[in-house]
Amino acid sequence: MNKHLLSINDLTAEDVLRILDTAESFREVGTRVIKKVPALRGRTVVNLFYENSTRTRISFELAAKRLSADVINFTTSGTSVAKGESLKDTALTLQAMGADAIVIRHASSGAPLTLTRWVRGSVLNAGDGTHEHPTQALLDLYTMRDRLGRLEGLRVAIVGDVLHSRVARSLSFGLVKMGAEVTLVGPPTLIPPEAPTWGVAVSYDLEAVLPKLDVCYLLRIQRERQRQRFFPSLREYSRLYGLTRERVGMLPEGCLIMHPGPMNRGVEIESDVADLPQAVMEEQVTNGIAIRMALLYLLLGGKAEGVGGDA
Amino acid sequence: MPEAILLRGGRVVDPAAGRDEVADVGVAEGRIVPPDALPAGALELDCSGLVIAPGLVDPHTHLRQPGGEDAETVETGCRAAALGGYTAVAPMANTDPVADDAAVIREVIDLAAAAGLCDVYPVGAVTRGLAGEDLAELGEMVEAGVRVFSDDGRVVANPQLLRNALTYALAFGEVAIAEHCEDPALSEGGQMHEGQHSAVLGLQGKPRESEEIVVARDLALARLTGGRLHLLHLSSAGSVEMVRRAKAEGLRVTAEVTPHHLVFTDADLVTYDTNLKVNPPLRTAEDRAALRRGLADGTIDVIGTDHAPHPVERKEVEFDQAAPGTIGLETALAAVLTELVEPGELSLLRAIEAMSTAPARLLGAADHGGPIEPGRPAMLVAFDPAATWVVEPPFASRSRNSAFIGRTLRGRVVHTIYRGELVVADGKAER
Repeated sequence: MNKHLLSINDLTAEDVLRILDTAESFREVGTRVIKKVPALRGRTVVNLFYENSTRTRISFELAAKRLSADVINFTTSGTSVAKGESLKDTALTLQAMGADAIVIRHASSGAPLTLTRWVRGSVLNAGDGTHEHPTQALLDLYTMRDRLGRLEGLRVAIVGDVLHSRVARSLSFGLVKMGAEVTLVGPPTLIPPEAPTWGVAVSYDLEAVLPKLDVCYLLRIQRERQRQRFFPSLREYSRLYGLTRERVGMLPEGCLIMHPGPMNRGVEIESDVADLPQAVMEEQVTNGIAIRMALLYLLLGGKAEGVGGDA
Repeated sequence: MPEAILLRGGRVVDPAAGRDEVADVGVAEGRIVPPDALPAGALELDCSGLVIAPGLVDPHTHLRQPGGEDAETVETGCRAAALGGYTAVAPMANTDPVADDAAVIREVIDLAAAAGLCDVYPVGAVTRGLAGEDLAELGEMVEAGVRVFSDDGRVVANPQLLRNALTYALAFGEVAIAEHCEDPALSEGGQMHEGQHSAVLGLQGKPRESEEIVVARDLALARLTGGRLHLLHLSSAGSVEMVRRAKAEGLRVTAEVTPHHLVFTDADLVTYDTNLKVNPPLRTAEDRAALRRGLADGTIDVIGTDHAPHPVERKEVEFDQAAPGTIGLETALAAVLTELVEPGELSLLRAIEAMSTAPARLLGAADHGGPIEPGRPAMLVAFDPAATWVVEPPFASRSRNSAFIGRTLRGRVVHTIYRGELVVADGKAER
């Protein structure tokens, strides 16, 4: 593995399996009364969040704390960043304070890669602009493998605003890497025309895709896209691409329903559908902590076991 | 003080005279003289192995002064130009205040005269304040010496306004309206070429069509008006083809390409290097190949650097927050020699024509572009086509946002002679 995790494409299929297997052993920690191991005692992990995020930040914070690392949450409101400090100066400051790992969420695509030029520690991409969200993809792969027993050959539809979705990019690249069959579904304005070069199929017809799925993965649709005229209205979006109770009936038995959250109930997913037993959003959240523990452990502490690579 | 100089034994490449031969060149009292007419005690420079060409002319420079002196001044930009082999540059109008009246034009000319490193031929704004609403006073600026007008940095979006500019300029003879071809709506928010790489990098793209729509519109208006149109920094294969057809039809159109569009592609952006963020964006290898062919066959007339200095803090930031542009004066010649002349895609004569003779004609810079003949003002560059070097800061430019940093280039400027004076000697600026 590389020193940083910036993109799913930084990982080989073997790396992905090692991360999932490591997460498997860490998931058990979360079931104990004392949910803590000493693996990263004395190491410092900084959560540098330039965008609001509740679940990803808390998930990383819990993961680091369960590994006994010291955790600093650096959010941008009310800090030097709000006073106009540049990413570079913030990075140099964190570097001077001895951050071993920096978890960054940023609205600009590529910001985590840019950050690596200024810090010596590991950089973990917690979502950058419309580029990638690799830890989300890994926790999704974990959840799929955990529930369905395999990744190879799984038929997965990713439905919604693929064009602007960092989750869709990372998940598509990750699934294709692991041998799954991916179909991107959504209005043509929200599917990149070049997407077939990723090794995925594209469909504009959700109902035609549903009967042949193992996983139906829904993306959050943002109201802003309507203002930008990518589609006429949320109502029409929902009519064409929303997962309704009727459409759930078209899914094969055992097909999972997934969503990275936060959900727009009544838009991309009908409220009752979100509460069905095959909708595994809460498991995704739980598994996210184990995945992030595994990543911090492998990037920061796992070298003793011969896991680390070309640091 | 004018010097007498003998440039001995160089290969003289002079497109204006159709000449490419080893010869001695004499310079005295600011002009070219026959070598045997030089006064005794002339400075003798051994130019064996060097190419001697008319001083380069950059039709597209941003000197930033007035208003942007943190990025560049007329003096530092002219020094960068001289070190790059240029004896004339054409600073664009997007300064603060905008060069939309004769006062700003004269200020820039005066600043360059004080620096004494090269001539400037300022480009005037087409519209007042570059606002795209009212015509600037073109006639007054023509009287101050302006031959090219442009709102570079943005397109003249209103077709009726561009039509009037092309028509109004007919009164002034060989005066060109130069267009930055990007449709505002199709390119808004775009960070790079829209394609396979933008889709993976998660950066909003600008399709080729954002340029081609404007090129098509502008050519139609050139046809309608009979006006003289110049198209800046073409980036797409489709644009080159349209210009080729327009020239065959006889329209009064010329076109420009930058060294960076001739060298880089959108694939180079995988590092999110903000120095490669330029407008219009770097496109695909197919586009680059079409630009090179268009330059070789004369469809594209001139190479302009679009030298665009920015202070460090505008570039050492997140990609989507970075200012667009790369500096280019100090690397343009070497980039063209390394990437096009050396592999045989472009003759040396055509390269010098596109970097000196043709832009001098566009700018009405009669003292520049050759021919290198007795009596002509002595504007010369001598360069070593075999010398290799690695592009690294510091630069003579006040800024260091070069797309070429880290690249090994072949071809180094040794001497630059401006109005008979050695302003660059042995690769070092003399003032």
